[in-house]
Formats: sequence, C-alpha cells, structure tokens
Amino acid sequence: MSRLNEANTLLAKEIIGRYPKARSATIPLLHLSQQQNGHITNDAIAHIAELVGATSAEVLGTCTFYEMFKMEPVGKYLVNICGTMSCQLLGADELMHHAEHSLGVKAGGTTADGMFTLEHAECQAACTEAPNMQVNYRHCHRMTTEKFDQLIDDLRAGRLDGDIPQHGTLARVRQVIPAEKAAGVALPDVPVEPAWMADGGKS
Amino acid sequence: MSSYPWAAGYIDDGDRPKIVTSRFQHDDGFTLDRYHATGGYQGLRAALGRTPAEVHEEVKKATVLGRGGAGFPAGTKWGLMPAGKFPRYLVVNGDESEPGTYKDRLLMERDPHQLIEGCLIAAYAAGLSQVFLYIRGEMPLAHERVATALNEAYAAGYIGKHILGSKFSVDIVLHWGAGAYVVGEETALIESLEGKRGEPRLKPPFFPAAIGLYGQPTIVNNVETLSNLPWIAVNGAAAFTAIGTETSPGTRMVAVSGHVNRPGVYEIINGTTTFRDLLYGEEFCQGIRNGNELKAFVPGGGSAPWFTPEQLDLPFEGRQVGAAGSMLGSGAIMVMDHTTDIPKAALTLTHFYAAESCGQCTPCREGGTWLERVLQRVVDGRGSRADLDQLLEIGESICPGSFPHASSTTLGLAATPFPYKMTTICFVGPSAYAPVHSALTLFREEFEAKIVERKHIPVTVGAPEHE
Amino acid sequence: MSDTAETTEEVVVDPNAVNITINGVPHVARKGQLVIDAAADAGEYIPRFCYHERMTPVGKCRMCLVECDSGRGPAVTVSCMVPVAPDMKVDTESPTTKRMQEGILELLLANHPLDCPVCDKGGECPLQDQAFSHGPGESRYVEEKRHYEKPIAISDLVFLDRERCILCDRCTRFADEVAGDALIHFNSRGNNTHITTFPDEPFASYFSGNTVQICPVGALTAKPYRFKARPWDLAQQESTCTTCSVGCRTVVQTSRDELLRVMGVDSDPVNHGWLCDRGRFDFESVKSEHRVQQPLVRVGADLQPATWNSAIAAAAALITEALAAGGAGSVAVLGGARGTNEDAFAWARLGHEVIGTPNVYAQMGDGLPAGLLALPRATIDQMASAATVVLLGPDLKEELPVLYLRLRAAAEKGRTRVIEFAPRHTGLTSYAWKHIGYEPGTQVQAMKSALADEAVAAQLAAGPVVVVAGRANLAESSAATVAAVREVLAAVPGATVLPAFRRGNVVGALQVGMRPRPGGLDTRGTLQAAAAGKIECLVLVGADPLSDFPDTDLARRGLAGATRIIAVDTFVTESAARANVVLAASAYAEKSGTHTNLEGRVTSLAAAVTPAGNCRADWMIAADLALELGTDLGYGSVADVTSDIAAKVAGHAGVTPDAVAGDGVLAEVNPQLDPMNQVEVQVGERNAYEYRLVVSRVLYDQAVGTAMSPSLAHLTRASAVHLHPLDIERVGTTDGARVKVSSTRTSVVFGVVADPSVLRGTAWVPFNQPGPEVGELIDCFAAVNDVRIETI
Repeated sequence: MSRLNEANTLLAKEIIGRYPKARSATIPLLHLSQQQNGHITNDAIAHIAELVGATSAEVLGTCTFYEMFKMEPVGKYLVNICGTMSCQLLGADELMHHAEHSLGVKAGGTTADGMFTLEHAECQAACTEAPNMQVNYRHCHRMTTEKFDQLIDDLRAGRLDGDIPQHGTLARVRQVIPAEKAAGVALPDVPVEPAWMADGGKS
Repeated sequence: MSSYPWAAGYIDDGDRPKIVTSRFQHDDGFTLDRYHATGGYQGLRAALGRTPAEVHEEVKKATVLGRGGAGFPAGTKWGLMPAGKFPRYLVVNGDESEPGTYKDRLLMERDPHQLIEGCLIAAYAAGLSQVFLYIRGEMPLAHERVATALNEAYAAGYIGKHILGSKFSVDIVLHWGAGAYVVGEETALIESLEGKRGEPRLKPPFFPAAIGLYGQPTIVNNVETLSNLPWIAVNGAAAFTAIGTETSPGTRMVAVSGHVNRPGVYEIINGTTTFRDLLYGEEFCQGIRNGNELKAFVPGGGSAPWFTPEQLDLPFEGRQVGAAGSMLGSGAIMVMDHTTDIPKAALTLTHFYAAESCGQCTPCREGGTWLERVLQRVVDGRGSRADLDQLLEIGESICPGSFPHASSTTLGLAATPFPYKMTTICFVGPSAYAPVHSALTLFREEFEAKIVERKHIPVTVGAPEHE
Repeated sequence: MSDTAETTEEVVVDPNAVNITINGVPHVARKGQLVIDAAADAGEYIPRFCYHERMTPVGKCRMCLVECDSGRGPAVTVSCMVPVAPDMKVDTESPTTKRMQEGILELLLANHPLDCPVCDKGGECPLQDQAFSHGPGESRYVEEKRHYEKPIAISDLVFLDRERCILCDRCTRFADEVAGDALIHFNSRGNNTHITTFPDEPFASYFSGNTVQICPVGALTAKPYRFKARPWDLAQQESTCTTCSVGCRTVVQTSRDELLRVMGVDSDPVNHGWLCDRGRFDFESVKSEHRVQQPLVRVGADLQPATWNSAIAAAAALITEALAAGGAGSVAVLGGARGTNEDAFAWARLGHEVIGTPNVYAQMGDGLPAGLLALPRATIDQMASAATVVLLGPDLKEELPVLYLRLRAAAEKGRTRVIEFAPRHTGLTSYAWKHIGYEPGTQVQAMKSALADEAVAAQLAAGPVVVVAGRANLAESSAATVAAVREVLAAVPGATVLPAFRRGNVVGALQVGMRPRPGGLDTRGTLQAAAAGKIECLVLVGADPLSDFPDTDLARRGLAGATRIIAVDTFVTESAARANVVLAASAYAEKSGTHTNLEGRVTSLAAAVTPAGNCRADWMIAADLALELGTDLGYGSVADVTSDIAAKVAGHAGVTPDAVAGDGVLAEVNPQLDPMNQVEVQVGERNAYEYRLVVSRVLYDQAVGTAMSPSLAHLTRASAVHLHPLDIERVGTTDGARVKVSSTRTSVVFGVVADPSVLRGTAWVPFNQPGPEVGELIDCFAAVNDVRIETI
C-alpha cells in the first residue's frame, strides 16, 4: 500500500483546490507521495491519477519526465554532484571520483546500508560556488574531498538531521492559503473581467 | 532557517545603485519585518493609488527587458494579450537552470517579498486573475523562504481577497518543479504547470500572451524581471531609465563563475559594464585565477556561443553582443583559463543539453545525443578527422545555414551575428550545438590534437589462419 | 445603353481565398488552411510523419519543414502548424528545405533498426518511402542504436516495437484525442523517450487497431496480421463494414483468396478513417473452420451434408407442406439484417410475394419499432454539427463505436452539447452536457421534467437538435423510449432523428421490405405463435433467436413449437442446429452488394474472396428457393437485384451502382414505413425490495462474428450482475460474491460486480456473455422486469 495516506489525501485535495484544473496538481502530489514513501510507486501513481482525473499512463508519463521523481527506492540521502560547466572546470570530476571511492558505489548506486545514493547531476544554480553538490537538494558549496568526507561523517552520525530531512521531503514549509482570505481560482471557462479592471480600472 | 556548513555568502559589495539586491546585505532580508523596514510593499500601495492602465504605462516606459533570456520588454509583453479575453494568468518563471546562471534563486531565497510585491503589481496592472509562482524543484530553500513569505503576506492582507482594502483580489499559488531544464522555456513551463510533461509548445500558434495556461492569455515573467517592479512603482520609470543605457535601462544581475579570482553574482549597471570590467575589475572578479591567461568565456549562459579575449571590451549589452556573434541570455558568464581542455568543456555543455532534451522533436532528441557521442569519442582519443566534420554536419541538421560565432583576428574570421535558423521546436537543440560549433570554430587545433592517426589495417578476406 | 460605356466587370472576391505562391507558382488557398495542405492541393507533397489530417497538428517530427517568406525573408516554417497568409511564398524545394529534409530523415533513421526485410510495414512504410524520396541516401550514424525489448504486447491485439518507433505522437494522440482512452503515453525523456502503457493497465481501447493503421513505421503491429503477408502481395477492394449499422468504409485486403486485413478508409460523412477493433478484426470469423460449408439436411437426429439441389428441394418441400397445413400465415421469415440489401430484398420478395406471408421481420426484439425510420432523419454529420444531441439510446461506445467517436469529438470540441438520458453511465456520460439517469420505464417523466428545465429549454432552442434514439435496455419494452422520443419531437419542432439501430444492415433490410405486411407478426409475435404451435414453418435468415432474442424462454419455446425450421446461415448456430434444413450462406467479403447504414447511406460491399465451400449468397438462395416454389424472381446476378431495388423500392431510385461507390448515396426515407404508433405506457411502481433490471450489450459478446474470431473471442467479460456499491451493501453481499437473482420467470445465480455507473435501485447485466444467461430472467411482454437479489 503506498497510496497517499489519509492526512496526505486531505492535503492533496486542498492543493488540488488551488488550481483551476485538477491535473495541474500532478507534480505537487507526486512530491507529496515521494515525501510519504521516499520514492514513487505504481499504486501512488494510480491514486494520484484518480485524484487529478487523468489516466495512470498520463501521470506516469509526467512522473518519468522529471528526474527528481524516483521510481525505485533511493538512500536516505541523495548525494548529487554537479558536473556542469563551472563545477567541471573546478574539479567536479575529481570530487565524483572521490565520492565513488569513499562511498564505495558508482554514480547511480546506493550504499549497502541504504544511507546514500550517489548521482551525477546537472547545473544546480550555484556556479560561483563550484564545485558544488546537493544532499537531498540542500546545497553544499566549494566542495573539497575533505569537506565531502566530513559531510558524510556528519550525515551518518545524524549531526545534520536538523538541516537536511530525509529524501522525499522537499520543503519543510508549506504554503497555506486561508479559506477566508483566498481570492479563489480563476476558472478558464468563466470569462470574468477582474473587478479592479471592470470600471476602467478606477480602484 | 539554518543553512548548511559550507554555504557561501553573497559578496557583491560594489558601490553601485542596487535595485533588486538592495536587501542582500541583510541576513534577514527575507523576513517581512526587514522588508517593511526597508520600504517593502510601498510599491504595491503606490500602484493601487493609480489605475491599472497607468501602472502598465509606467512599466512600459521603464522598458524592463525580460531577464530570463529572451530580453523582451515586460510592459510590451503584457500589452500583447488580446483585449477583453479573461481570465488571464501570471506564471512566474522561477525554474532557473541555465548553466552558469543563478540570480533568481538568490532573489527568492534572500528577498521573496520583493518578488511577491512584483507579482502583485503585475497582476494589478495587466488584469491577471491568478498567479502561479513556479520554483525549480531543486531549490528547497527558495521554496521554504517563498512559502513563508507568502504565508506572511496573506496574513498581512497583501495577497488574497480585497488587497489592502481595495477591489484588487488575487491569489498567488506556489508551485514547484521536479527537475527538468527545458521547463524553463515558457511554453514548457505552462505544460508542466498543467500537470503534463514539460514539452515546449510551438510558437506559433502558442504564444502564451494569446494562448497560454489552460488556453487563456498568460504572462510568463522571470523572477528578476518581476523583482524590478516594486522599485519602479516607487521611484518611477524615469528614475529607472536614468540608470543604464537607452536600449538597456536599469541594472542587471550577472553571475560570473569559472576560473576567476572572485566568482560571484553582481548587480551591474545595464548596458555599460564591459566584460573586461567584470572579469578583471576590482569591484567584480579581480582577474583570472593564479594570474593565468584568459582563453575563452561564455557570455550568456551555456547556450551562448563563446567569446575569446578579443571580445573583452564589449559592453554587457544585448544588441552589441548579438552583433558580435553571441547572446546575453540569462546573464551568466563562465570563464575558462588557458589550462582548460576546450573539447572537454564543450562536451560538458553538449552533454547537458543532450541530457535535458525533452525528446519530442527529432533533431534535438537524435541530434543532441549524436553530437555528444561523437564528441565523447574525440575527447577520449578515439576520434577521427571525419568525426570533426561530422559534428558540423549534425549541427547543420539542427541549425541549417550559418551559425553565429565570434570574430577572430588570429584565425582571420569575421563574426557571424545572431540569430540562427533552427529545425527544432525550441532552443535546447541549438544549445547542444552552440558549444561544439564555438569550440570547433575557434579552437579546432585542440580537437585535432586529440585525433590519433591510425595505421591502415589490412582486411583479411576469409578466416584468418591459426598459428 | 451607351456603346462607349465600359463593361464594369464585378470582381467577386472570395473572402476565404488566400493568394500564395508555391515554388513560384501562384495558388489560391483557403483561409486558415495549413501550408502542408495548401501545398498538397497544388500538387506539391510535403513529407510528413506526425501530421495526420484527422488529428490536431503537433509539429514534432519536423519532417514537414519548408521555407516560407511572408515578407521578411525566407523563414524555416513548420508547414503542418502554420496557416497560409496572404502573399506568402512557400518554397518546398529550396536548398535549405532540402537540407532540412535530408537532415531530419538521417536523424530519424539514426536509431531506427532498418529491419525492413522482416518488418510488416516494409513496402507500405512512410519512413521507407520518404527516406527514398526525400532522404540523403546514406547514413553516417555509426554509434550503437537504442535497444529495447521487442516487441511488447501493449494489449491483446497490438504489439509495440519501441526500437522502430520514431515518437511521432500519432498513436498517443489518437488514444487521447480521438478515442478518449489515454492509456498509452510517452515515458521518460530525451533520447530515452518511449511509449508505454501503465503496468497492468493495457491499451484495452475498443479502437486500438487504428493506431496500427496510422503508425508511420512498423512500431505498432496487430496480432491478427503480424507476419501474415507482404504488402505487395495484397489485393484490395473498397467495401463497407457490416459489423454494426454505422457502415464504416473499409478496404478489404486479401492474398491468395484469403482475407488478411481490413483497414479504415477516410469517408468524410461516416468514419473519418477510423474503425472499431471488432469491425477491424472480426473478418477472422469468415475464415473459421467452423463455417458451414455446404447445405445440411436433417436425417433423423442428424444434420447431414447435401447437394444444393436436394437441400433446396427439401426446403421448398417444408414450405409447401407448411402452406398446406396452415396457410401462408403459418410461415414466418425472421432475419435479413446480416446480409446485403440485395439479400434482404430477395428474401422479402420470397416471403411476401412467393410464400405470401405477412410475417417477415428483420429485427430480433432488441431494437425500436421500424416506424422510427419514417421520422425526419438526421445524418451522422448533422448529429456531429447539431447544437444539441438528445441521446435516448444504448451506450454508443459499446454498440455503435464509431458513431460514439463522432459524437464524442463533437462534444469535446464544444460544437455540440449532449443531453444524455440513460439508465446507467455510458461511454459518453463524461462528455455529456447533461446526464439524466432514469429508472427503466420512467423515460417519459424524465423527459418531461428535463423539458421543463429552463436551461435545457434554452439549449434546445439554441440551434439544430438531433435525437439519437435506440434501445438502451433489452429487459423492458420499447414503449417508454418511443413515448419519450415523441415527447421531445413534440417539444422541439424541426428536431430530426438518427436511429441507433445496431445490427449491421438492419436499416437496409427494413427499408427494402423485411418488415411485416398489415396483419403480420413481428419477431415476438412470431415466437409466441410458434410456441403456441401456430407456425408450421419458421425461416431463419441469419437469425439466431436463442442467442439474440432477449427473452430466452420465449425463444426456446418458439423454436421448440415451430413445426418446421429452415435456417440460412454461415454457422450452425444454436438456433440453426434445430433446423430441418440448413442452407449454407456466404459471409461478409464473400459477396458483393449494397449496405444501408443508420442514416440511410447506401454504400457498396465488395466480394474479395470466393465463398467458403459451396456457400451461396442469401439472395441466390432466395432466388433458387423461389424457383423451386414455382416463381422466377428474375435474378441472374447481384446487379439485377440492385436494379430491382432501385426500380421498386420507394426512395431508392437514385441508388445506382455508380452512386453507391465511395461515400455512397443517401436513400430517401421510405414513405411506406408507418410512423410509430402511439403506445400506452403503463409501468407499475417498483417494489422497494426489488431492483429494476437493465440488460444491454457490450462490444465483445458471444455473437458468431466475435466468438469465431480467435483474436476477439477471449475479449468477452463474464456474465455478472452489476450493482451500485451502496446497493451491494443493502443486499448484504460483497463485490465478487454470488447472488441469486429472481424474476417472475426464474432464478439465476450470478457473480456480483460493484459498479458505480449503475443507477441505485437498478441491476445491470451485460447481454450474451459467457456464463449464466440473463435472457432467462426477461419477460418480453412485461413493460419492465424487476428482480429480487438474495445472498446465497
């Protein structure tokens, strides 16, 4: 069973309610499911398809387009080493080589204890802080082999538990739109001119 | 919110007018308190005191060139929506992923209220009924900061029903991506926001201003573009155009990375700062690392054709850079010193675009990977001279006709200006070719040096005899 | 008039004309027309893979790139996405255009396996053909190609070879946009993009075969055709599908006198090129080894092979005996809907003129009164362009699949609003503007209250209204539906009717004469008379009452009570097995003639193969039998019958061999058909402890066409009683359990299926499926049938 649990199903319905069309919530719901289970399962896809009114094949098609969604279990920590231009110019290859050696897995592999999955990643938008990497998408800048080993030690020892949640939890803060404050969705088939534009825009 | 052990600080301490990074000096620039204390939401109040048409006109006068890559003026873009067709949507492009680029992430992490205020001003001026703020998936800190700011802004009455007691009502919905570079293209962003695969739509007919999200008129604006609006609403278009040049007013955020002494994200005066200033200037990068020679640099994100020291004195200005054979794109410079293995650097970028191809159109899906494989073979020392010509042939199937490149007096080459023709739906395919073309045009001898001449091996007809 | 006055020629400017040039030659295109189509009109074929005229262009393959100059110099233009503009200069032959075409083809072929010698598509492959006509002639791709497991079954009928796939989005677009079954989709990204289904959720669309037909490479192949033939060995003829009464246009392809494949033909007024899978693949039954290949005559307990002469003599003798024993009124002819118009006309003449009986009927108690055909008729196109369609009939997706596609498209594109009246949710419910569920027998009340609704009334006044009328429930009489049709026609003057009759050529058979003469019996009356011992000879012309008539008990008693039975059939069906003489009839594609679809369109049928064994066309059998009975019908060829129909059947004067070619011709409504009589509808209240029975067909059932087609036979579902989940609770049972279902007739044990598409208080059972027969529960004389459901 890896459908969304009861609490997450309620949350999913609230998220769906923010969009003019339910299918727009597909990616947020896939994230929610990955937060619940650590990866995406077929049952979860079928459940999300039900919720957003698409076929399972369509949700699977969306899911597999985006590399953050993992269809197989990954480690508690996803270690992404950036290999794009600026990082590559400043030692990404050496960092990856070291990481493979140090973790004992090749890029794409997961350590036997299920703690770490190592991946080659593309540009992480921190090019001036190269070489750069992310752990569960939290940036680690200007990496060296020593810093890498220290980081792995800290993660193993749980010293970074407060900073880096386990894989699947993207953001620890969610947007909340209070019902009484919401302006409401703008349905595409309800052609209403916004109220503040209606009288020539005199506010 | 705690940061990580080795997260670096922001270092632009230059004494220049700061429009969008003015709060970067504050560690708590992302909080509503700090925002209020530094003039926050005054732009929104100023806008609400005028008619939407007046605010739209002010933005149009300011000529805020889109900071996402295409450089189209925001106010003009808003004006392209068909009159009388509602609802209209605003989609905020925070899916920044162009190699070398990062400014939107900083703007979202360090000054989320400024972006929110910009969204509100845009929605008010252009009559946009709902706002979707799309943040790249791999930026959880930006996501957390923006979510917190949105929650604060809702509580304070800046977003939602009857904003600040006016008739203006709009929701801003935070949406997040899941890892796909191509979604940064505005029509792919819309597809993704509709819950689909992030495949770009064809323009024409799918110009978002006319047919966008759910088929409705939609404005897609970049984070930096929108972050300029509160300042313009408070200070006016004239103050904005007083900075920079006539064709490129205001300031611009530029990330300079690679082999420089002080890589960083700088808010520069638009249109006047030269590449030499940026790479060597005291208030910017302070020269090439270890006193090395500059070999080449990418002036506008990974998609841009490369420049060499010959182009250092060009200003960071769209038209001049275009005429010189490249583009400014997303405002990212990547610097290569003389130790750089040029074919390998080109391979890194080509690999990026091949891996990030959405796969829907033939030339990008097939051509990008083909380019990468041939280039990999050359870099690995298994290539042939024919492979080098083959790379250009594949490129011509993606971009028929001449491809832009910089001039080179040493090679006796004149510049071929922008733009190029393309057989693809979007620019990802040509972007896979751009580094190959630049590197092969400007540094062919480095590729040739990797070719190992093979001896002719006679072909045995029939089974070889056993010894 | 002055001589000097210049004649002022009025220049008529066509507002839809757009002047362009194509390769320097002026051409007048239509406003809004795509460049690729305008070029085709001008005789310039622009190569393409993803573009398909019946689907939204997507511009993905990039094969159709050309250079167009709209005043700002030549620009690379996707000709399948860009409409013509005034003074546009299109260049399909410029060096850039040619370079792009060669480049795209080289890239498309880069990962294509080039296994053309063993590929079913080889010889009829757009990739092969366009590589030859527009390609570079060589490939420089020396890298390793993409590899996938090949092929994989994506459904029971379709295989996918992802290595051959060029990702053109035709099949996926068809599934989503045309069929509404988005069960195949792109998966992964970039160079790894491929088509998949969701695990354990196959591409079980009723329309899956179309994806094979439109695939521009050999990536999709259909199980029934794989490795059966090479395209250049195929002979083909245009024909019409007779599986249901939509009358989709087809080509029938054969090799060495064997049927191998049926493909859809794009007929603008009818099927737009699409076919349902049943219609596409049920030709297999024609080749079945179980076909009856020669006439059979009963000798004691056995039916034994006989010569045609002796079989016709035996059949004639049966009729003569019957006439002697009970007069003409004791003979009845049932059927005719399976064959051609010619078959039906010959049999109608035999019945009415030679035998002299009024008891002739083509319907099997599962349609609506034939008088429906006398109402102002709508065409399919009129339905698909009407402002409103009032649907008072069966689940079109199950019974008339391509009509479903046409109506679904109209509703999806916002052209047409569908007001659906149905006793349960149908394939169209989710596309309907309004779905009005009714309990069987309450159609009139449902219609009246809908007509009283302001929004509905406004909608019905908003433009043309077409009523699609048919039999939604075999477990109730047709009276309530007929009365509801009358209500809407009375309320909406000018509304027209499209009869949703299901059986292949039932409209043709009824129109040319397979219907009772005054005082004659319909099928129910015939079976009732037979059960009472009043039918001395029952002639079944492709009719199988035991399988098709809703009231199984009456059918059984009728067949048992008929003194003599003659069956004309392609198989020894359950009913034919009780005959005294079985006359072996030739089947679909074994005979030529004409067919009339539900809108009255008459099209041609081709004889593509020689009949199995000694089989003969029904019309021939009728002519032989008539001769044996002493009357020469005057038919030496099928054309003689066609001409006779044109001469004798009102409304058919224009139905000439020339006119029926291609899209065919609409036969005017036969004025001899009596409009429907007013019928009193009296339906009692349902006892709150009972469930009102709804019985209807699904696409794949045990009819011989599917049962004898190996590729389709296993696609039936189990006969089971479907209840709303809340009613399952109320009964005290669970999904999958077994229950006893009892009507006034008998009790039958069924499995239970939880089905939210079923209206509360009703019970739905699919008809003619493997397992217990729901027909045992149906009393065809009752207005409705209510059942008790008990746990066991």
